[in-house]
Amino acid sequence: MHGNRFRHNFLTALLLAPATAWLVVFLVLPFIAIAIFSVGERAPEGGYQAAFTLAQYANLPARATAFWNTMVLAPVGALACLLVAYPVAYYLALQAPQRWRLILLALVVIPFWTSLLMRTYAWMYILGGRGIPALLALVGIEDVRLINTPGAVLLGIVYGYLPLMILPIYVSLERLDRRLLEASADLGATPLSTFLGVTLKLSLPGVMTGFSLVMILLLGEYLIPTLLGGGKVFFIGNALVDLFLQSRNWPFGSAIAITLVLVSVVVLIAANRISTRVSGARRVDLI
Amino acid sequence: MRAFVIAVFAFLYLPIALVVLFSFNAGHHASEFTGFSVQWYGKALSNPFLVEALKNSLFIATTSALLAAVFGTAAALGLARVGVRTRAVFDALLGAAIVVPGVVIGISTLVALVQLFGVVNPFLASIWPDDQPPKLSLGYGSIIAAHGLFSMALVTMIVGTRLGSLDRNLVEASSDLYATPLTTFRSIVLPQIMPAVVAGFLLAFTFSFDDFIIAFFVAGAQTTLPIYVFASIRRGVTPEINAIATIVLVASVLLVVLAQWQLRQRKPSN
Repeated sequence: MHGNRFRHNFLTALLLAPATAWLVVFLVLPFIAIAIFSVGERAPEGGYQAAFTLAQYANLPARATAFWNTMVLAPVGALACLLVAYPVAYYLALQAPQRWRLILLALVVIPFWTSLLMRTYAWMYILGGRGIPALLALVGIEDVRLINTPGAVLLGIVYGYLPLMILPIYVSLERLDRRLLEASADLGATPLSTFLGVTLKLSLPGVMTGFSLVMILLLGEYLIPTLLGGGKVFFIGNALVDLFLQSRNWPFGSAIAITLVLVSVVVLIAANRISTRVSGARRVDLI
Repeated sequence: MRAFVIAVFAFLYLPIALVVLFSFNAGHHASEFTGFSVQWYGKALSNPFLVEALKNSLFIATTSALLAAVFGTAAALGLARVGVRTRAVFDALLGAAIVVPGVVIGISTLVALVQLFGVVNPFLASIWPDDQPPKLSLGYGSIIAAHGLFSMALVTMIVGTRLGSLDRNLVEASSDLYATPLTTFRSIVLPQIMPAVVAGFLLAFTFSFDDFIIAFFVAGAQTTLPIYVFASIRRGVTPEINAIATIVLVASVLLVVLAQWQLRQRKPSN
């Protein structure tokens, strides 16, 4: 009997060992390392030198522009995504013909799993000098600047993250009990009040999942502001690349990275709280 | 509503379609299509730097996805055997591996590895018999390891979900019939979770192949395809990139379709 339990535990440990090692060496330890770095000093030749100071955190306002751009464009971008995504999810879940539903859903998912770099590059092409501005010049509208503007970054964000927003809203709308809609109509509710009181309300968990997922990914975004913002619309991700790979100020970069992770955690917790309070339901798990 | 949905689909696919169209453009310019040609594909595939980057990406994606599929599946099987508390800790870590922004994963891995090398390399030099001790550095290994983190978490979750819906009666029946645990695993459990494992592998491969930001930090002197493409985009848009983009897009679409198809495979017992 004892031998059996020992064998059971040994096998369990054996199965979990590689993944545990990976999580510890490449997630937990690195995170502890940047936490330690964030209270250190920049070595004269770049990199890190041991110290205990909060100077790096006090210096965060030096990158205020990056924080400001991220903190404005991430929620605005997520909101813009939501406004475009909701009608699409609604149509797919409740109105699309049954046999088209899965095909249309696949068409939504495919861009999400294809390279964000390539898809963002496509917009550089369209918004750049030889794209839309060249077409506009043909009809006499000269010197339109589209690329390297906050608007271009916003467009890139909506384009890049739209599928990720549609998916969870679709899932929560698809689970919705259609008898509730009939009941609401039978009780004399107008289509609008049925939508607001039943459909929208019951899809809020999906909305919150989509919104917080997109928000969190946008907080760490690097490619879209770089390619479509042209160094004018800096995000926190851009500041991190600059601090670690160019100016080699590792302690300051670490302080920014820690702050970024804390902000992400706050966003996740807030989203969870809000969706629990609003709908009494838990968020939709995507995986 | 329908018109709006059609417009959104056009918005999703028009840019991709344009890139594909102009990858076949005979001319240099993006604003006019001057005729059909595959010359840019030829130019792309005869560019030695590009081919090198492509090979690196294929090698890295295959290795890290294989690693993730094997260890992630093992972890999912192990997690089905542990108590609630251990499970909660693991789920939190796996969630963190997926939610923490790639840019943070990239820098923290870079920082930790550089520190580790700072300790290990002098030690290796001190115990090595001759003047040429092996030196650990950033490169294939660090990219594979960093990609493996996210991928393993993904595989563990996908396979774990599948295990949750596994028919326990079959497992019990199998052991009632005196099958050894190994036989039960091979003939009952493995066939049922295999589609999830394959789907996890394909998604892990796609993620690794497409990842730019993590590799950007931990690649050292190595180049992957996204890093090469990023660098050439910054040098200026060339039709050659349209050809590479098209190849990569088609490959990712095929892999994702294959992964979805695997996930939807019916259980063999049905």
